[in-house]
Amino acid sequence: MHEGNIQSSETEPVSSSLWRDAWIKLSKNRLAIFGLFILLTLILVSLLTPIIAPYGYEEQNLALGATAPSSTHLLGTDIFGRDMLTRIMYGGRVSLMVGFVATSVALVIGITWGAIAGFFGGRLDAIMMRIVDALYALPFMIFIILLMVVFGRNIYLLFLAIGAVEWLTMARIVRSQVMSIRNQEFIEAAYSIGLSRWLIIKKHIIPNTIGPVIVYTTLTIPSVMLLEAFLSFLGLGIQPPQSSWGLLINYGVETMEEYPWLLIFPGIALSLTLFALNFLGDGLRDALDPRASKD
Amino acid sequence: MTILDVKNLSISFYTRNGTVKAVKNVSFNLSKGETLAIVGESGSGKSVTCYSLLDLLPKPPAKIESGNAYFEGSDLLNCDKNAMRMHRCDDIAIIFQDPMTSLNPFLTIGEQIIEPLIKNPNPDKKLARKDAKLQALSLLREVGIKNADERYHSYPHEFSGGMRQRVMIAMALITEPKLLICDEPTTALDVTIQAQILRLIKKLQKNRDVAVIFISHDLGVVAGIADKVMVMCDGKIKEQDSTNEVFYKTKDDYTKKLLAAIPDGAKRLPNRSTKNILVEVKELKTYFKNHTKKRTDANYFTRAVDDVSLKVFEGEILGLVGESGSGKSTLGRSILRLAPIYDGSITYAGEDIKNLTKTNLLPYRKKMQMIFQDPYASLNPRMTVYETLSEPLLYHKVASKNNIDSLIYQLMDDVGLARGSIFKYPHEFSGGQRQRIAIGRAVATKPEFIIADEPVSALDVTIQAQILDLILNLVEKHNLTMLFISHDLSVVRYISDRVVVMNAGKIIEQGITEQIWENPAKPYTQDLLSAIPFPDPIRERKRATWL
Repeated sequence: MHEGNIQSSETEPVSSSLWRDAWIKLSKNRLAIFGLFILLTLILVSLLTPIIAPYGYEEQNLALGATAPSSTHLLGTDIFGRDMLTRIMYGGRVSLMVGFVATSVALVIGITWGAIAGFFGGRLDAIMMRIVDALYALPFMIFIILLMVVFGRNIYLLFLAIGAVEWLTMARIVRSQVMSIRNQEFIEAAYSIGLSRWLIIKKHIIPNTIGPVIVYTTLTIPSVMLLEAFLSFLGLGIQPPQSSWGLLINYGVETMEEYPWLLIFPGIALSLTLFALNFLGDGLRDALDPRASKD
Repeated sequence: MTILDVKNLSISFYTRNGTVKAVKNVSFNLSKGETLAIVGESGSGKSVTCYSLLDLLPKPPAKIESGNAYFEGSDLLNCDKNAMRMHRCDDIAIIFQDPMTSLNPFLTIGEQIIEPLIKNPNPDKKLARKDAKLQALSLLREVGIKNADERYHSYPHEFSGGMRQRVMIAMALITEPKLLICDEPTTALDVTIQAQILRLIKKLQKNRDVAVIFISHDLGVVAGIADKVMVMCDGKIKEQDSTNEVFYKTKDDYTKKLLAAIPDGAKRLPNRSTKNILVEVKELKTYFKNHTKKRTDANYFTRAVDDVSLKVFEGEILGLVGESGSGKSTLGRSILRLAPIYDGSITYAGEDIKNLTKTNLLPYRKKMQMIFQDPYASLNPRMTVYETLSEPLLYHKVASKNNIDSLIYQLMDDVGLARGSIFKYPHEFSGGQRQRIAIGRAVATKPEFIIADEPVSALDVTIQAQILDLILNLVEKHNLTMLFISHDLSVVRYISDRVVVMNAGKIIEQGITEQIWENPAKPYTQDLLSAIPFPDPIRERKRATWL
């Protein structure tokens, strides 16, 4: 195929690795970069919210009530007269944090658990996966309510609780990937070199499971955000006057007919994030697979 | 009487990475009862040509650019779906390479064989299930399935590879086609089974007067059964003539190259072997546990390697020959401690390595390396050549960060890889080049002993010859000792000094290669040797009659 010219040995090899090549490939993917840009902007805005938000998030103006977007309130106000732009900005802090933190928890536990179970197989695998099955069977709501009762209501606990549920599927995906990869000859080749098991998992197995993991991650982040809204709606998550996109959307749905902007704007914020995540996720998946066609 | 007439066939594939002209202006014809062999290496367009006749190509990306294929007067390339369905059902049948993946695992073989009969789109030819079954049973007996009445209700996984291919043949012949296309029907089979299947195809063809297109990469296989041979390369016909003309009065250079690449005779290195034993295996048993069976069950263990003793002398190439399932690969992997050893001993240069812990084994890992069969699976798809080659070098501290680049370049020169491809990923290489990378990885740590597990069996014949020469080169240059595992006896004869024949986990026979070839002592070895196809039509035809 490619019989390149034999170069002189003085040519310095530029350090090249999967991650470096992936970044070069990603930077050529316009949609992915667009997604990354949107996400970074959203994160930046969330970080700066206490400084740049036009109003306080609990500043009410009952006399004003719900008003459509105007020059003083760019995205309108809710029924208590609170500025929607401010609410969405503060809500984004919670939603993005839940999304990323809970998903990271799920990723770390899920990949480790799945990789160990899949790699070692046999009895260990059977035990580990039965634990996963048992947790699947546990009613999620009861689990969360119990946590809240025992430890009190706490936003960090919420992250942990959601992460603790979402890792199950991740573990299954990673396990099945690892099982198919560990029987390939290049793993045996790594053994014959003498690499330790840990190195084999780290260098040869995990990078090859990355495609499905990334796809699942980009699906998990939005579902986690909606889960948080659901919990908050039931009074198990964050509490008013604090807010999140999910909660805003929930309230927006109730008043959709009279005050559509209460639904539309938080909806746009959430959709924008999901689009950005999907673009970035697809881009990452292609970038991390050297077999995917270049540009 | 001409039954198939293909004229000026050109096919292109329109992919994201550009247009590939897979078949270029190919014309051939075939008479009733005649066998045409289409021979070529991978990517030569031989399969694409035949698949287009049955409209089996995915369109897009494939597109038939031009040409006609007249089958009894009607053009196969320009007929509607129904007419094509009639042809597929009645006139033209195809046998694929891998009988496991081309049979539906969820249906009994009987069900699959009678399908074209009971679902025939032509109402006159449609049969009742009962009659169809009778036909299928008699055909199953004809293709050599014993207990056909019982086996009729078996599922594909209950058959061995050779038997499955017989079932495939029965399935193809059930509609009494006039044209049978065989796409590498014996490539996935052992050499003795291959000989049986070839004989069967030949016999059935004679009895039924079917025209056969036989696609193969192996000129040896084709020699005994073809009337005409067409050699293809890069989508073009290189040579097309009667079998005798092609083999004995070869005109085309590419055909000459193909014929020359078939390992014939021996190309051994001058005697390098010494009297020093490098690796000694004594009474080795490698058993795999069957978790579905009870511990007390007699079949609880699969005895992959059962009581094997052998010696590898320093400097020799020891060939290890056996059919699939003989335990030859497991033996190789056991010596490298990559398989669970049940009992026995392995010594390396006098030191016991069977009971060493992982850490203590590490220095031996540097000295003993392995080359694997499938260069598509043996390289991590997410590591560049640089990373793949640097891994053993850095891990065993053969190289440091400072001199690693020059060592890798040197390694790439040694195995014949262009230096410019150092940062490419495996999928950017052809099979032969990938095997060069894998060989580079194996010799990186300057080992003394290499186990090569079927290193050339996944490669085209011309590439195979190159890789064999590369291996011989490296053996000589680095003074290596090698255990060369292969199912291909000609390859083993070509390369090895001594040979060990294995079957069902046990050693059948061992000795100096030439002696075994001339005087095989055991019947099993005799069978194996007599089954090797030779690229010599006259000799093959003679043999076909007395076998």
